[in-house]
This record gives sequence, structure tokens and C-alpha cells, in this order.
Amino acid sequence: MTRRERLCYFLALHRTGLTVAALSLALLVYPLVERNPYTLGVTNLIALHVIVVLGLNLFIGYAGQISLGHAAFFALGAYGTAVATVTGQLPAWVAMAGVAALVALLALVLGLAALRLSGHYLAMATLGFNIVVHTVLLQWDAVTGGPSGFSGIPPLAVGAFAFDSEWRFHFLVWGFVLLALLLCLNLVRSGVGRGLAALAGDETAAAALGVDIRRAKVQVFVLSAVLASLAGSLFAHCYGYVSPDSFDIFASADLVIMVVVGGMGSIWGSLFGAALITVLPEWLEIFATYKDFVHGGVLVLVLMFLPQGLVTGLVDLVRVRLALRRRGDVAA
Amino acid sequence: MLRLEGVGKRFGGLPALDDVAFTAPPGELTALIGPNGAGKSTLINCITGVLPASAGSIRFDGRELCGLPPHAVARLGIARTFQNLRLFPRLSVLDNVLTGLTAEAGRSMLMAMLRLPYLRHRERQLRLRALEALDRFGLAGKADWPAAALAYGDRKRVELARACVGRPRLILLDEPVAGLNEAETALIGQELRRLRAAGHTLLLVEHDMELVMSIADQVVVLDSGRCIARGTPDEVRKNPLVLEAYLGRTSVTA
Repeated sequence: MTRRERLCYFLALHRTGLTVAALSLALLVYPLVERNPYTLGVTNLIALHVIVVLGLNLFIGYAGQISLGHAAFFALGAYGTAVATVTGQLPAWVAMAGVAALVALLALVLGLAALRLSGHYLAMATLGFNIVVHTVLLQWDAVTGGPSGFSGIPPLAVGAFAFDSEWRFHFLVWGFVLLALLLCLNLVRSGVGRGLAALAGDETAAAALGVDIRRAKVQVFVLSAVLASLAGSLFAHCYGYVSPDSFDIFASADLVIMVVVGGMGSIWGSLFGAALITVLPEWLEIFATYKDFVHGGVLVLVLMFLPQGLVTGLVDLVRVRLALRRRGDVAA
Repeated sequence: MLRLEGVGKRFGGLPALDDVAFTAPPGELTALIGPNGAGKSTLINCITGVLPASAGSIRFDGRELCGLPPHAVARLGIARTFQNLRLFPRLSVLDNVLTGLTAEAGRSMLMAMLRLPYLRHRERQLRLRALEALDRFGLAGKADWPAAALAYGDRKRVELARACVGRPRLILLDEPVAGLNEAETALIGQELRRLRAAGHTLLLVEHDMELVMSIADQVVVLDSGRCIARGTPDEVRKNPLVLEAYLGRTSVTA
């Protein structure tokens, strides 16, 4: 092997690890260059969304299910730590882990029941769950503060170092993103991940290959709920204030749009989808005013022309084209 | 190896299978033939757990298969192909074959997410085995193509590769040469012979009589859900009941 070939082989073999390393480096350098708290606030919000979308993409894109209720898990994470730290006086990290465990349990029970359904019925069931949670947050004034929200949530801290500014929070939240990203990338490159991809493609065939369909669906549902809950807790500690408006069914729909734009079953696409949909209303005022219209339009267009999602759809298109061209060459 | 006794299946009140009984001996190729609607695919679905059998018992190495879910049947070492291809079009050819090794790749989602060194190592071995299987079916050059870009004949071969990569003890083949031309059929026939020589037990559902008669050790004939004949290809060919089932009563009397 020449040196060049060896380099190419090395790059191909470690492409995932190298990309993650490059991303980590970029994220480390970014706050040194960009010190505007507003911009950092936007990227932090992207990070929070990415954590939820990673899990949701595993559930929608890999396991082939649908959930219109993930904002509810996000809400439970946020309100859970808020109540536990302020009312319950628990340490923030303990509250975060405890709430995530409780959400996992809830998702397990919910998943065992709801994942007997599929398609429209599953969409309706998860939507209903979101509405229930949202209504409880609005009405249960004594605990949640009702429509006016819940404030005074302390920031997360390690010893005396509190993550109380946008700049400091950047490192914390993107650290979580990288961790979730690595775990998800590992998962999809394993036998379990291929089983999930098979499940999304064809349930009967997946079962014939030894994939326990019900178990796999529930597992991924629980995993995505835990990620959403963790992101919710980070959200609460970052802003110090939560209100039910952030967790209505439109928030759930936005999360699904992020998955769709990023692409079903694409881990890297999740990053792109979350970033684009978070940034759009910040970039252009017209998007902010007509946010729901724009998001609806994006969703319809993507599903009409690239049902696998924007990024995945385009990548698939190119891959099939290339292979077909090579097939033509072979035949000729 | 596989022993069926009194297997029945009803859809509503309609019997699709009625008192089917035969044995597929280890290391042999058993062919299951019969006219359209005879219940061949239903039988395969009952064996693999996709459909629950309404009556009778299906034993594999002495273990009762009736009542087991499909993934549990697969994990006992029973692989299958489908009548109308069921590949995963978005996955690469290599990944499609790798899904055939799901049972060996580890089940724990947590371990998969941590990707510990032992799992990395196993992953590499599985990859090698998948590539080897692709090579055996002459598809090594297309390992990284998305399955959607393959021609029909290649897809059939990928499905076959996926079914045998896990070295299953029993392979159920539902019409592996349907829609293939003569040359491609001959190629698949060779593969089946090779699988048999390698010690796999095969159960083949097929309409191509030439193929069946040339490679089967035992032929089982189904008609309207009943097992009407059983024997070597020669015996079955001469059986009047079989002729009647295939040609119809009128043409026999005429």
C-alpha cells in the first residue's frame, strides 16, 4: 500500500470517530471566537433540540414508528427538575437523574400499551398523551405554577462553578450532545441498530431474522423519552424558568419536523434538522411571524418529494444514482 | 429434524391447511409443491410463527414451534426467504446480509451503545462473514450498493445470502427462482445443491418442476391444504393423485 492509500484506508475506517473528533474541536473553539450571548443562546437551544431529536430519530427513522408526543417527555424533564430542586430542595444533578428514571418508567408503561398500535393510531395516542401532560401543567397551579410558569430554578453547578451564563452553559449542553451523539452512533452501527433499521423497513422480515419487534420498539421509545427528559432538565436549569407554552403539541410537531428535515434514520441529519428549524425563525422575521405555516409547508414539501427526509432522501438519491450508473457501466 | 403432525390452519371457518404431516430429515432437501392456493406459503408462515397454527404440532429437534413468536423461531436456527422479496431497500447490500446475523450480534441495546472492545471485535468478524457470503453468491463487488439499485436476480441472491449467512440449521425457501430466467435459475439451483452438500437442511417451496425434480431428496405434494403425496421425485411424478391435482379431474378423464 502506498502512503496515500494507507491514509485513505485509515480515514475510511475511522470516519465516524474522526468526524466526532472534528465536531468536538469545532465546538471547543466556537465560544472562544463567538462571545455574543444571543448567538450562544441560539446554539445552546439548537443543542437542546438535538438531544431530543437524536432520540426521536431513533424512534421514527430507525424503529419506523411515529410519536407526536415527545414534547411531553421534554416537559416532564423540565418541570420534574424544577419542582424537585425548588420545591423539593434536591441537588440538581440528583433531580435530573431521578426525573429521567421516572420518565423512563412512565415511557415503559406507556410504550407497552401504546406500541401495540401503529401508524395513525399511534400518532393519535402519543398526541393525546401530550395534550394530557400539557393540560396538567396548565391546570395544576399548586405544583406547576399554572399558565404563568415556574421560575427561580437554580443553574446546574459543579462544586462552586455554576453553569449560569450562556457561555458556560455552551460547554455543558454540547458535552451532553456529544455524549448522546456517540451513544446513538454506536447503537446504529451495531447488530441491534441493524435490527432496528430492519424493523423500519419491514416488520415481518425483521422478525424472521430474529428481531424481537415489540421489545425493540419499547426499548427505543424509552431511550428517546430519557433523552427528551434530560434535554428538558437542561432546558429548565439553563433558563431558570419554564412555562407550559414551550411544551404544547406544536412543540412536538416541530420536533417531528426536525427529524423529517434531517432525514429518517440519519444521526448526522438530526443535527442538521434541529439546527435549521431552530435557526429559521431567528434568521428571518417573516419565519418568526408565520412560523407554523412555514413549518407546515416544509413538512408537506419534504414528505411529498423526499419521503425519507431531506438529508437522507438526497443522500439515498445520490447513492442509488451512482450505483445505477456503475451497473450500467458493468453491463456495457 | 422438522416434524409436522396434523397441522391445521383455518382462516375464519375456511380451512387453509388440514391435517398436514411430514418430516424433513436432516441434511436433505425437501420440496413442497402443489397448485396455487394449495397452502404452501401458509404452511411456511405457520412454521416460522408468522401465523399461529390452529391445530397439530410442529417440532424442530424435538422442540415445539407452535406458539413461539417469529423471532424466537428464527433464533432456534431457522432462516427463511420470502416469496415476494423482502430486502431492506435503503440499506446497503452488505448491511442487508448483516441483518441475517442479528441473532449473533448481541441483543443488549446498552452494550451496543457502549460499543465495548469485545463488541467491536465481534462486529468485525460478522462483517467478514457477510462479505464471505456475498462472495459465494458473486455479489462481493456490489457490497456497498443500496439494495434498491440491484437488478431482480441479484436481489434474489442477496436474500438467499442473508438467509444462509447465519449458518442456520434449517432454511425455508419460498419460491427462490420465481421470475428468474433459465440461466439464473440454474445458478440458484447450483447454490441450493451446494448448501445441501454443506449439510444444511432445506425446505423448498417451488413451482419450477424441473428444478424440484432435479435437486429434491423428498417431495411433498399439497392440494387444497391437504398432503396428498409424499416420496422421492420419481414416485411423486407417477402418483395419479398428483397428476389429478395438477391437471384437473376433467383432463384426466378426457
